[in-house]
Amino acid sequence: MNDARGDDLYQTLVLDHGRNPRHRGALAGATHSARGDNPFCGDRVTVALLLDGDRIADARFDGAGCAISTASASMMTSALVGRTRAEAESLCRDFEDLLAGGADDTTTAALGELGAFAGVRRYPVRVKCARLPWQTLVAALAGTGASVTTE
Amino acid sequence: MTGGGSGGEPFPGGRAERFQPERARADFPALSQQVHGRPLAYLDNAATTQMPAAVIDAVAAFGRADRANVHRGVHTLSERATAAYEAARATVQRFINARAAREIVFVRGTTEAINLVAQSFGRAHVGAGDEVLVTAMEHHSNLVPWQMLCAERQARLRVVPITGAGELRVDELEAALGPRTRLLAVAHVANAIGTVNPIAAIVERAHARGVPVLVDGAQAVAHLPIDVQALGCDFYAFSAHKMYGPTGIGALYGRAERLEAMAPFLGGGEMVSTVSLTDGPRWAPLPHKFEAGTPNLEGAIGLAAAIAYLERWDRGAVAAHEQALAAEATARMAALPGVRMIGQAAERAAIVSFVIDGVHPHDVGTILDRHGVAIRAGHHCAQPLLESLGVPATARASFALYNTRQDVDALIEALGAVREVFA
Repeated sequence: MNDARGDDLYQTLVLDHGRNPRHRGALAGATHSARGDNPFCGDRVTVALLLDGDRIADARFDGAGCAISTASASMMTSALVGRTRAEAESLCRDFEDLLAGGADDTTTAALGELGAFAGVRRYPVRVKCARLPWQTLVAALAGTGASVTTE
Repeated sequence: MTGGGSGGEPFPGGRAERFQPERARADFPALSQQVHGRPLAYLDNAATTQMPAAVIDAVAAFGRADRANVHRGVHTLSERATAAYEAARATVQRFINARAAREIVFVRGTTEAINLVAQSFGRAHVGAGDEVLVTAMEHHSNLVPWQMLCAERQARLRVVPITGAGELRVDELEAALGPRTRLLAVAHVANAIGTVNPIAAIVERAHARGVPVLVDGAQAVAHLPIDVQALGCDFYAFSAHKMYGPTGIGALYGRAERLEAMAPFLGGGEMVSTVSLTDGPRWAPLPHKFEAGTPNLEGAIGLAAAIAYLERWDRGAVAAHEQALAAEATARMAALPGVRMIGQAAERAAIVSFVIDGVHPHDVGTILDRHGVAIRAGHHCAQPLLESLGVPATARASFALYNTRQDVDALIEALGAVREVFA
């Protein structure tokens, strides 16, 4: 761990998803979507879901952002596919616990690869970057069509 | 970085000392610290500068000995506080060469100064179908107050475009000055990219059409000579915290005849001469008409101390030093692969805005911080400007009198680390 490189923040997995995001682009036939903005930096993300009954059949994101918000959106959408709405909501809560520094071993285990974001909590300003796609996901699931902001 | 960014005007002479950057650096306590185990390289001066011990001490000394309310107490401390506060006003007047101290209104900062003019001058002079003219390089603080005014008055906000290099299209300015233009609001120095606007020439053109001019001087006061009479502008706004002074204090200069004709912005104590429940209030004379409530005394005293500190040095040499550092940083950064400089105006302040291919400015900012290098990353509260230049955000290094070549070295070294992480 070399602190000067910010390795606790820029884990290899995070850098990989930041560079080569998965599930990026428009989602034809989306049943749920929402837009999120981070007015602090101008980052914006759209999260679109295709729900088949109670199950998330597909998830995509679109938008421009930093490595942290892009990787967070990429890994989030990757983790969502195949989960039920309740499972997705539980994952949101676990991820928030991780960002807030309150994730226990069970929570961390449930997050799997998303645990790579554990170091973000040491960068208070960057927590917003990691959180933005998840806030947007919650708004999309709520189905109100409202947009969210980190502020 | 040609032309020295000085706008052509020399600094007024005085009893200034020969400028020594290393000695100046030692005057700023915050700069001696380490950040993440590295010496702090503070390059976020366009956002906020650090304060020298002389300013910190002046504010503390007031708190220890002279603190009292101003303009009303008959006791000794109140008289001392009043004298110090009005002396600070006189210092600001002299610093920007206003004709009289009553042309200086203390405000919270540039933002409040512009809002004062928008609400007071604007509401009186801008009506339905009228136009307010701004430029595409304005900070949100010189944009949003005019958007609010125009929405309220059903007026039109017109925007003078800029070139790809980030310079004002003076030909377009000429064309945009029309019979319905009620005010031109323009930055002296663009905060995001450092462009220095030719204010005197702009004012001349606007005045030829009978259009008053407000200048946002937030980025200029610490780095350029400011002579409001030579510039000819009607209003000039600036903040202390970008010129080595405290936050929460700034000044609005307004030509006396303009300020006289304007209604107060805020109502309250200090800004009235008589109040009765049967007749309306009578306004206090300038500048107190615009200073409702107990003012930020510590701030005004800190601002005056910051001016005294600035004037201690040969300011021409300070400007040359800042320009040399920015030029060196620009040259060394331009040689790095994937680095693109944003804003190429011929007249530029010591502000270096850049993007790195494939790396978001926020990620650049975080890695630089791990190297003790403080810069700004984002839209710099100038979203329309960046939009017109085709970038959503930039990283920005901005220089002040206490920066040294070691700061430039730290910046370049840290940029190498950015490339390693995001290779």
